[in-house]
Amino acid sequence: MTNKQKDTEKSEGYKHFLKEKQKKKYSILFWQVFLSVGFILLWEVMAAYELVNTFLVSSPSQIFKLFITYIADGSLFKHVAISVWETILGFSLGTILGIMVAIILWWSDTVAKVLDPILVVLNALPKTALAPILIVWAGAGIQGIVVTAITISIVTTILSAYNYFIHVDEEKVKMLQSFGASKAQILTKLVLPSNVANIINIIKINIGLSWVGVIVGEFLVSRYGIGYLIVYGGQVFRLDLVMMGVAVLAVCAFLMYTAVNGIEKIYRAKRVTKY
Amino acid sequence: MTHIIEMKNVYKSFYTESSEILVLKDLNLTLKKGKILAILGPSGSGKSTILNLLTSLIQPTSGEIMINGKIGYMFQRDHLLEWRNIMDNITIGLEIQKKLDKESLKKIERLLKTYDLWEFRNGFPKELSGGMRQRVALIRTLATNPDILLLDEPFSALDYQTRLLVSEDIYKIIKNEHKEAILVTHDIAEAISMADEVAVLSMRPAAIKNIYEIKLTIEGEKTPLIARKSPEFKDYFDDLWKELDINDK
Repeated sequence: MTNKQKDTEKSEGYKHFLKEKQKKKYSILFWQVFLSVGFILLWEVMAAYELVNTFLVSSPSQIFKLFITYIADGSLFKHVAISVWETILGFSLGTILGIMVAIILWWSDTVAKVLDPILVVLNALPKTALAPILIVWAGAGIQGIVVTAITISIVTTILSAYNYFIHVDEEKVKMLQSFGASKAQILTKLVLPSNVANIINIIKINIGLSWVGVIVGEFLVSRYGIGYLIVYGGQVFRLDLVMMGVAVLAVCAFLMYTAVNGIEKIYRAKRVTKY
Repeated sequence: MTHIIEMKNVYKSFYTESSEILVLKDLNLTLKKGKILAILGPSGSGKSTILNLLTSLIQPTSGEIMINGKIGYMFQRDHLLEWRNIMDNITIGLEIQKKLDKESLKKIERLLKTYDLWEFRNGFPKELSGGMRQRVALIRTLATNPDILLLDEPFSALDYQTRLLVSEDIYKIIKNEHKEAILVTHDIAEAISMADEVAVLSMRPAAIKNIYEIKLTIEGEKTPLIARKSPEFKDYFDDLWKELDINDK
């Protein structure tokens, strides 16, 4: 039972199909590269010939030069490390605490009903509005920023995880009950394992939300971090600094997202065996 | 002689905020030793309620239920957990009951080898056909050593051909392992071909309308497919068809 056929066994039609598929993949990649490189080149050229105001939009080469300076004196690493660390703390704690609360709600229907209006209000409220209060309460350092990041991600985590948990196939619950399973066993043997893919999705969303919390937190208080770089650049009208901050931020967020995607792939691959 | 299962004057009502629904009304039912009993009824007649009562998932409003032995439940769908391989799916009942030991693993090994699933033990459910999945589900139930099997329309999710083959398999497994079984179904042919007795339910509120003892002239060993070829099969089918039809009016 092998899925992969040897080359010699492939029919002409199948070869053609694979070739077309490959062609399409390359053409998409080409356009992606073309558009981004084209955009940067156009920007650079327009800046060089002063078709646009470099004070407002800076230029790619200027941003890159700044990037090199920040790497050379090592300060960029410090800023990135702090922001990344805050984000990791934010989304992992937000996810873990959120799932724990979701488990409590799943466990007790009464608690779920009592807390329902509070969660609805918290969900509707833009959590960034709470950031100034949270920072005053938790402290103006890294704690305040992490708490902001957690607050932003925890409410959606609770609501979506709870929603996933209560929608586990009831017949499967009955199957476990027919063997005499306790509520805790239903949780560990059915509810959590059947929702691993959903939890990975929640983590993906939380990475984005935690970055929002971290950047907002850094805007408000910090002296380090990517958010600080951006807000400082804005205050002193160094738009190249702002743009470099945003670019670095985009790369960081993308790498984190890719890491989670990798974990998801490993998890999916685990479920298939070959005879 | 004591019966394996006896339900006496059982009533069951369900309550909702707006109404009260009487589902079972004075239900009497016995499962005799070594027999397969089919409960035949139109959909919505309370067949699943009877099974839920027998597994103590719900309690009767009144009446008596006596069960001599441990019950194993087989569901309409196989309910295999996609993230567990076949072996881990089979051991889940034992895991829950904390009875997973060498002896039970040996028993599972024997069952898997007898019913042609041994080489797939490390595979995952999605790699198996519908019939194989259903066999795995039965072995999962058998692994916990039940005395009585409750089969809740166990073939209705399968296509017709598979359904015939799987009922053949399941019948042989039940007989080989010397279990009693209650088969709940709405399929007349299936009831006749598998059961020793067929109890017909009335419409809601359900009571036993009639019980047919199935006696087929068969040379050699009975199996569901051979039973379908016996001369009496058609007559039982007509009788049961009429019985159900009257209920519909």
